[in-house]
Amino acid sequence: MSRISEVFENGNKAFIAYLMAGDPSPIKTREYILKIAEAGADIIELGIPFSDPIAEGETIQKANLRAFASGAGLESAFEIAESLKGVLKAPLLFMTYINPVFNYGYDNFFTKCADCGVSGIILPDLPFEEQGELSGFTTKHGVDLITLIAPTSSSRIEKVAKNAQGFIYLVSSMGVTGVRTDINTDISEIIGEIRKYSDTPIAVGFGVHSPSQATGLSRHADGVIVGSAIVNIIAEHGENAADALYAYVKSMKDAVSH
Amino acid sequence: MGTSKNKPGRFGEFGGQYVPETLMQAIDELEKAYIHYKHERQFNEELDYLLREYAGRPSLLYYAENMTKDIGGAKIYLKREDLNHTGSHKINNVLGQALLAKNMGKTRIIAETGAGQHGVAAATAAALLGMECEVFMGKEDTERQALNVYRMQMLGAQVREVVSGTMTLKDAVNETMREWTRRVDDTHYVLGSVMGPHPFPTIVRDFQSVISREAKAQILEKESQLPAAVVACVGGGSNAIGAFRHFICEPDVRLIGCEAAGEGIDTERHAATIAKGRIGILHGMKSYFCQDENGQISPVYSISAGLDYPGIGPEHAELHASGRAEYVSITDDEAVEAFYYLSKTEGIIPAIESAHAVAWAMKSAGAMDKKSSIIICLSGRGDKDVAAIARYRGENINE
Repeated sequence: MSRISEVFENGNKAFIAYLMAGDPSPIKTREYILKIAEAGADIIELGIPFSDPIAEGETIQKANLRAFASGAGLESAFEIAESLKGVLKAPLLFMTYINPVFNYGYDNFFTKCADCGVSGIILPDLPFEEQGELSGFTTKHGVDLITLIAPTSSSRIEKVAKNAQGFIYLVSSMGVTGVRTDINTDISEIIGEIRKYSDTPIAVGFGVHSPSQATGLSRHADGVIVGSAIVNIIAEHGENAADALYAYVKSMKDAVSH
Repeated sequence: MGTSKNKPGRFGEFGGQYVPETLMQAIDELEKAYIHYKHERQFNEELDYLLREYAGRPSLLYYAENMTKDIGGAKIYLKREDLNHTGSHKINNVLGQALLAKNMGKTRIIAETGAGQHGVAAATAAALLGMECEVFMGKEDTERQALNVYRMQMLGAQVREVVSGTMTLKDAVNETMREWTRRVDDTHYVLGSVMGPHPFPTIVRDFQSVISREAKAQILEKESQLPAAVVACVGGGSNAIGAFRHFICEPDVRLIGCEAAGEGIDTERHAATIAKGRIGILHGMKSYFCQDENGQISPVYSISAGLDYPGIGPEHAELHASGRAEYVSITDDEAVEAFYYLSKTEGIIPAIESAHAVAWAMKSAGAMDKKSSIIICLSGRGDKDVAAIARYRGENINE
């Protein structure tokens, strides 16, 4: 069992928090990760900035730009991860796009992930059919490749679910990342479909921001993922976001646990 | 569909389907629908009818006698895609895809555009077929090509100004893909070039290959032999693939793709993907991209909004890797010179994109046998570029 799957043991409902490496600076990102973990986040998803983030809405697109402005990139993400090794109890995931990883070289990239204690990776532009691209380097280095299932996946659910590692990232609604007031997808129905093929934990993301949404979703799912709402707090408070992040994450962790 | 036996949609190692999960079902459905309609009689009859009666095909293969005599080498022929309805080759693909989308039950099309030629063609097809249309265009391009923005609006399309990233074609593609993930049920993304995830590079190639199907028959009729070379400009590469397609199997025909060298490939201001790029993955495909040492996509530049793209279609990547086609770089200055040259010599104002291909012929035809011939794909007309060329020369005219 991977470090990521262990999080979901004994019915623990997971709160998964996303933030962007280098937004507003690599040092602050490290501090915020520890703060968020202290507030109860079970898994930390660390974004690596990319020039063309096609799965992101405006909020996270802007975080990419702030990260670039602070000089952050792949190397700073590795440095942040390495500095947290042994300090951060929660598993750390990377979330980025395939090109920077391809450019680094898959073997090099995942060797470095393993060295820095990175437990998994999310690559939104690497669908199931293209995972052969990684030539097994994730498995070789013990890094879980987290796959996504979307409201449109329908007949694709079986093959994606059967091959899932760590947890399944269930995309709550159509479109890109970003805070949404209403999530209209029938989450319980898709989860029921996934459960026919896999008992890998399922966490729901895209649009989730309020404690009441989190409580509602965690009745069906094993966890919720929040990105844009956290990035908004960092955008608003900049260098002084620690307290606001702590309060928000605590409220969300409480909400998923109820 | 692709050329690789292993995986569908691969051209050697290039191509693929690197898109978010949300779009996978849609591109699977598109592939199935395309395979079905590709050989369906009614669909093909309808498309042939539209290409002939609406778009004005076949396009002429014009012997550029003045230019040939002036340069004094190979006979120069122009494949006149500029004479198509809407003024470029883009209509070939758009009519095909819009008809396909309509047959699939879609009621709305979305498209990216650089120079605005594809956007205008998409808006035109939508008007004709009674579909809703939204066109995404980088803010910088809406300024360079203001006339085309207005033209799209006149045709009933909504033009969405893209302000993310470099605000050019690459970002227009990003934004159109994002929009497609928001609304995929009733919407088809009419991709404008031989790029993006499978099956787009194949579909667009097939719809554009009418160019070389006609050109091959026309040149054989006029010259009783194949041309020595076929030359076309390359951004994503749709007019070039269309012009190359039926000559790829003829090893004696040189295939020349002209990339935009902007201010020069040794400056940072160019869009010469093959000359300066490396293999990477973006916009659904593995191909060559202009990128920095960290795999971040580089901002690119060309005087031509239609060639201002950091990647190239995967089939071109394979034609380059296998050595079957040659890719050369043409600077802004050379393209502008060719723009004026063709205008004054033949009375034909080419699109600044197509002028890149004319520039290669100006440099190369003189050294070629007088009995041989060159086909230049004149992919579009230059009316849209008049104001921009004037600005380039330091003059300001009202559009």
